[in-house]
Amino acid sequence: MSNLRRKVYLTGGYNTVSLGTGRKEFNPKKARPGIEHYIKEAGQGCLAQIGGARNVDECVISNFMAARFNRQANLAGFFPMIDGELRYKPATRVEGACGSGGLALTAGIRAILAESAEVVLTLGVEVQNTVKAIYGADILAGAGWYASRKKGHAYFFPGQFSNRAGVYFEKYGRDITRKGMARWFRQAVENARTCPTAQEYHNTSADLDTLGLTEPDPASFVDHLTIYDCSKVSDGASAIAIVSDEGLRRTGIPREQAVEVIAWAQVEEDITQPPQDPAELSTIREAVRQVIERAGITMDQVGTVETHDCFTIAGIMGVEAMGLAEPGKGAQFVLDGHTARNGIIPFNTTGGLIGWGHPVGATGVHQAVTIWEQLTGRAGDSQIRLNPDRPYGLSVNMGGDDITVVAILYK
Amino acid sequence: MNYSEHLRKVSVLGAAGKMGSGITLLTAMEMADQLLRDPEQVMELWAIDLSPRGLHGLMEYLKPQVLKAAEKKTVWLRQMYTGRPDLVENGEIIAAYVAFVLSLVNTSAHLSDAAGSTLVFEAIKEDPEVKIPVLREILRNGDGNTWFFTNTSSIPIIRLDEEAGLGGAIIGFHFYNPPAVQKLVELIPSGNTRPELVEFARQYARNLRKVVVESNDFAGFIGNGHFMRDALWAIETAGQMAKTMPIEHAIWIVNRISQEFLLRPMGIFQLIDYVGIDVAVYIMKVMNPYLPDEELVSPFFVNLVEKGIRGGQFSDGSQKEGFFRYEKGRPVAIINLQTLTYDPLDTVHAATHDLVGELPAPLSWKEVNFAPDKAEKLANFFAALSHMKTYGAGMAISYGRNSMRIAKLLVASGVARCEADVNKVMETGFYHAYGPVNEYFK
Repeated sequence: MSNLRRKVYLTGGYNTVSLGTGRKEFNPKKARPGIEHYIKEAGQGCLAQIGGARNVDECVISNFMAARFNRQANLAGFFPMIDGELRYKPATRVEGACGSGGLALTAGIRAILAESAEVVLTLGVEVQNTVKAIYGADILAGAGWYASRKKGHAYFFPGQFSNRAGVYFEKYGRDITRKGMARWFRQAVENARTCPTAQEYHNTSADLDTLGLTEPDPASFVDHLTIYDCSKVSDGASAIAIVSDEGLRRTGIPREQAVEVIAWAQVEEDITQPPQDPAELSTIREAVRQVIERAGITMDQVGTVETHDCFTIAGIMGVEAMGLAEPGKGAQFVLDGHTARNGIIPFNTTGGLIGWGHPVGATGVHQAVTIWEQLTGRAGDSQIRLNPDRPYGLSVNMGGDDITVVAILYK
Repeated sequence: MNYSEHLRKVSVLGAAGKMGSGITLLTAMEMADQLLRDPEQVMELWAIDLSPRGLHGLMEYLKPQVLKAAEKKTVWLRQMYTGRPDLVENGEIIAAYVAFVLSLVNTSAHLSDAAGSTLVFEAIKEDPEVKIPVLREILRNGDGNTWFFTNTSSIPIIRLDEEAGLGGAIIGFHFYNPPAVQKLVELIPSGNTRPELVEFARQYARNLRKVVVESNDFAGFIGNGHFMRDALWAIETAGQMAKTMPIEHAIWIVNRISQEFLLRPMGIFQLIDYVGIDVAVYIMKVMNPYLPDEELVSPFFVNLVEKGIRGGQFSDGSQKEGFFRYEKGRPVAIINLQTLTYDPLDTVHAATHDLVGELPAPLSWKEVNFAPDKAEKLANFFAALSHMKTYGAGMAISYGRNSMRIAKLLVASGVARCEADVNKVMETGFYHAYGPVNEYFK
């Protein structure tokens, strides 16, 4: 039972490097490429795979806060810079905080379904290293309700998820959960080490378990998380083409080099309200419920997941929201190795937000690129072996504190 | 008076100097933090310096420094500013704090503005003939309740106390350079220092998050007590070596041994350049009269200074020429003592490399000092060194032993209270990876 009136495919994915601390070429004191550099590289990287810009009908770009990080809005205007043949074609910018990339995908999917386009160039970008983290925290806080900023932590979002972790620890036990979080961190870095564009690709730390179990220091950071529980500050862009059957024909791309969108769900929660149960990601739960129901499958048939692990605790709570583990059992599920790259359902196989990086507005698109790579056998050293009984890929992209969620199921 | 009442009026003398500006910075932030906790208190800070231009530079220096500090303690600042609904973002709170700290600093070029201070922090020229009349004058202008901190690194505190007639209201509070960065403070009470002043000084240092080592009141204290003797040994050793090789070669070899073979952050002659050859000469001159059994004088250093080779730093922090010429903070050429020009280090290095021989292992101070398994790395490195028969290894061992001899002398002569204190000073004040009293050079 599909919710799609037409077949929709993704192909031609491209990721720039996720640049930031951890990458050897990153030097905070030296000038770095501007946002246009990332847009151009990702855009051209995708166009080169789909026969050029002349095949594109429409463009979508997702970004969260370029207006503050880069003093730049009106981002759709960058498409003609990528390629002169995109000039005068329709282009739209979408924003849903860290879920912006997911919105770019659903906007592109809608254009295909509406038959207003056969090929949509979809691109996400964020360049955040323009300000120090302490000021970046102010900018990112815009993903929450402005009226809650004053009472929030200096590091606003780590503060929000630290509060969630605190409630979760209280409810389900601190030790086991922190062990699960540390394992999540280790897997993220180990997966990132297989992917040359990942921010943690150069990570050589020998003892990730010990790092992951570092005790939080509330005086300098938040109560229940350490920096190892957090995704980093990243500059990067990802692009992918969303196409119809006609689009596949036009671009000359064989079906096996594309993934099909089987179902999608886009869910919104009230940004002015605190979570009803901080120990649960209920909007993700609803989005995954919808996408699985629309696809007419069960989670047992999903072979790999890209989930929104902006924090390790969000990774663990995401596992539970997908119904893979009972509430409170997500940490054990991770510790049992089920989410590892050789586990029953590998998660975040290029490192996710913690390992690959989290250029906010690009993340949702990056997730789709990773799923496309895995399902079409082009993930390089990151390639996992998919169980034929589990042919589906799932991506879950979250904006804000469980506010804007996009879940997509691919095959 | 309680702790914060002693901060009611603080004057920093020599506030535009390198030490004074750091002291002004730290004191202004300490005051601001006390006031944020309890806004009812009254506190003022006077930054006094004879140079109005220097005071302008002080304010230029303070702003980015306070900003950097505020960015590191924003978590705490947000708590302090909860009662200010107009300040929402970190950026707004940080800007408010910076403005607040700067508003506490009054600059003045007149010593008379220090009158009535509860605390005077003296960081003027390292010369008793300059310091004593200034202290005396402040005492005369005040109500007799002023406490004094002196940043002297070499003059006995008791001398300042007695000659200025301060009646025990003075303590040595010796920051390392630059005060904002260096963790170490040497606290030097004289036998006459009032116990409540010692207690206040300890509290103040703790609030500044400094590592405190209390030293007894002997000229040079612990830090310079070690450094000056270490420097003298190095130049005398180079002088001996110069009987069989050019002096420039000897200087370069000793510098390399002290840095690369002893795993120190800088070679000894680079460190002397950093501090200033003239400053080293001056400190030795101050210390020497108090050391009847030693002759702490280097005619070599004196000669260099007379020829205008002084080292030290430009106001932007870059290194002036001394034993070496520097590019981007690294030595690239060494002084030729005949011509007083600089010869490329590459050539000198090539000419001396074979004689010195290889390191026991490719390890540097940077690689060892921050390593989690530092103790093991050091033990392995020096165990290997002790088995080597090279010129370099032999010299490193003599060097390490001499450094230990100095440390033990400092304890035996009552300057340091224990060997651990000497190690702590060298590790925190000089960034050595290990203290001079160790098991490495048996």
